[in-house]
Amino acid sequence: MTRLAGWGRYPVAESALVTVRSELELADATRKTAGVISRGLGRSYGDAAIGAATSLSTLQLNRFRAFDAATGLLTVEGGVSLAEIISALMPSGFFPAVVPGTRFVTVGGAIASDVHGKNHHRHGGFGDHVTEIKLATAAGDVLTLGADQNKDLFLATIGGMGLTGSILEATFRLRPIENGWIRQRTIVAENLAATIAAIEENDQSTYSVAWIDCLAKGSHLGRSLVYLGEHVAGDELGANHKSNRTPAIAQSRLGVPFDFPSFALNHWSVDVFNELYFRMGARKAGKPFLIKADPYFFPLDTIGNWNRIYGRRGFVQHQSVIPLKTAESVISELLDRISRRGDASFLAVLKKLGASNGLLSFPMPGYTLALDFPVSSGLFEFLDELDKIVIAAGGRLYLAKDSRQSRETFEASYPNAEKFRDIRRTVDPERRLQSFMARRLGL
Amino acid sequence: MTGISGSVLILGGLSDIGRATAMAFAAKGNRVQLAGRDMSLLQREAADMAIRTRQSVSVHEFDVLKTETFDHFIDSLPALPDVVICVIGILGDQATAEVDSACAARIMRTNFEGPALILDAFAERFLARGSGCIVGVSSVAGDRGRASNYVYGSAKAGFTAFLSGLRNRCATKGVHVATVKPGFVRTRMTEGMKLPAFLTAEPSQVGEAIARAVSAKRNVIYTLSIWRVIMAIVCAIPDGVFKKLKL
Repeated sequence: MTRLAGWGRYPVAESALVTVRSELELADATRKTAGVISRGLGRSYGDAAIGAATSLSTLQLNRFRAFDAATGLLTVEGGVSLAEIISALMPSGFFPAVVPGTRFVTVGGAIASDVHGKNHHRHGGFGDHVTEIKLATAAGDVLTLGADQNKDLFLATIGGMGLTGSILEATFRLRPIENGWIRQRTIVAENLAATIAAIEENDQSTYSVAWIDCLAKGSHLGRSLVYLGEHVAGDELGANHKSNRTPAIAQSRLGVPFDFPSFALNHWSVDVFNELYFRMGARKAGKPFLIKADPYFFPLDTIGNWNRIYGRRGFVQHQSVIPLKTAESVISELLDRISRRGDASFLAVLKKLGASNGLLSFPMPGYTLALDFPVSSGLFEFLDELDKIVIAAGGRLYLAKDSRQSRETFEASYPNAEKFRDIRRTVDPERRLQSFMARRLGL
Repeated sequence: MTGISGSVLILGGLSDIGRATAMAFAAKGNRVQLAGRDMSLLQREAADMAIRTRQSVSVHEFDVLKTETFDHFIDSLPALPDVVICVIGILGDQATAEVDSACAARIMRTNFEGPALILDAFAERFLARGSGCIVGVSSVAGDRGRASNYVYGSAKAGFTAFLSGLRNRCATKGVHVATVKPGFVRTRMTEGMKLPAFLTAEPSQVGEAIARAVSAKRNVIYTLSIWRVIMAIVCAIPDGVFKKLKL
């Protein structure tokens, strides 16, 4: 038995960790074990990748199967990470169509959470670019899923948190790029209204994200730095960048080697950090500049084990999406409550989202707000209050980040939950696939 | 440091170290030939490496215990490789080997007899050609036999001595022989063992070390290099003392 946790290191639970090394081994283990779930790089924040009895580590199931440069279609085993894909194929001029905030996620995990990036409002989620999934079910079958075969199961598996079966292989489309650079433009927004206005005005931007200073109050509530981004066309690369068309991805030499003590992160230290961050970002406002793809898409990957900054008690992430109509006022209320509580969440991330297709996919047309909270007394009651606000507005929480929402909250916000259970019953009647999250939410 | 050009044959291409070594050479632009017992798993590796490194990789069936197939195996290769690297080995279970001689014999044949015979066959061909590099992956366990794994250790000791003699024979004739002695490496062989992190290498580190040893024409390397010091100390302990230690 191993003590396993998600990226937030809360909760920690006991589960037998078994490594599978081939598709055959993964299919076998799925068929023979009860209380099992696949586990990739463990970047989901809560209990999604902790098997009720056994967790199957897919990290050795990491071979590339096929790549067609003419179509950009890549087939890989489920344990291949986006980091490996970028490392292998960016030099040839290809990049994943959708990437989340870290490149250390497996393809299986990216599909199971239907991850989204800074371009969801334009290009959808990871699942929207997947053409085929090879799934091993608890019943012992290996099924091919796609838009034209086993479509119901296909849409249940995208965003299905690994509960329909184990993903052996997947085929998805990469986008062609001319180089490894992004042209970034920073906009300083004085408050939430200005932030949303800036994002709306730049709707045609390929990538956009806002980093909100959630300690700002009053008329500055929701002040942020909005980062817009575009892939750089070949002929726009200046002379000094041309010699470095695909800059090497820096391996993080900077890492947090031990847990910070719990007093390290408090209202004052975070306040100082946010002020510095905001001013540094504001200095670059206005004129677009070139930035390497790696730090643009994955700013936190440069600091290894950054989750240790939150100390041994770990932290919880709250990521919600609020429908467009009331997004500004609801998010304003959320930010107001958070800044009044005074708890130390560094930065909140705000993005615009579009519709999604997986049965349990998180995105809906609206705005998503993501924040971290160190685990402390009173936190869970406070988050329950935030949940009520989100639900009342017709929003929901992101399962890949969730470690504590109640079953009632989940049922009230995911209308396809029952349909998902019906489909799951057809391929896993005994509910052998089971994570701690599935038990908590009654999936 | 410039790498070598030319083709590299990995005997044991399905092992973690074999795969890492193949990747290290393919990434440098060498043509790689992978040999092992399971053709479908070999093809899986070849497809993966071809996409990651944009180098084509050929696969060949090979069993180090089937001595009678060696000549045919070498003849069947698309061309006589420039470098041949043998990473084949099994740890086996010491307790079983102590009571079951068939088990002990298999450990000895897989770690010493088989690899020595195939590398000798390649040496003959390389000497006739006047060029080539032979690499044998032995182990620090071969530096001194100890109670917890001496069936494996003694076989590796034999292999180390064989490589030393082969190096002596080939030295002035254009063929280089290198001995690689890994200490702890995080692979399938050591899965489940509690290994101290600062002494344990990743397969990729061993692969890179082998590639460097080939270009620099090193004779004996230890991976991680600290093991050279550790084994010097282990070997210096007098037998009267060593025999009472629980290592």
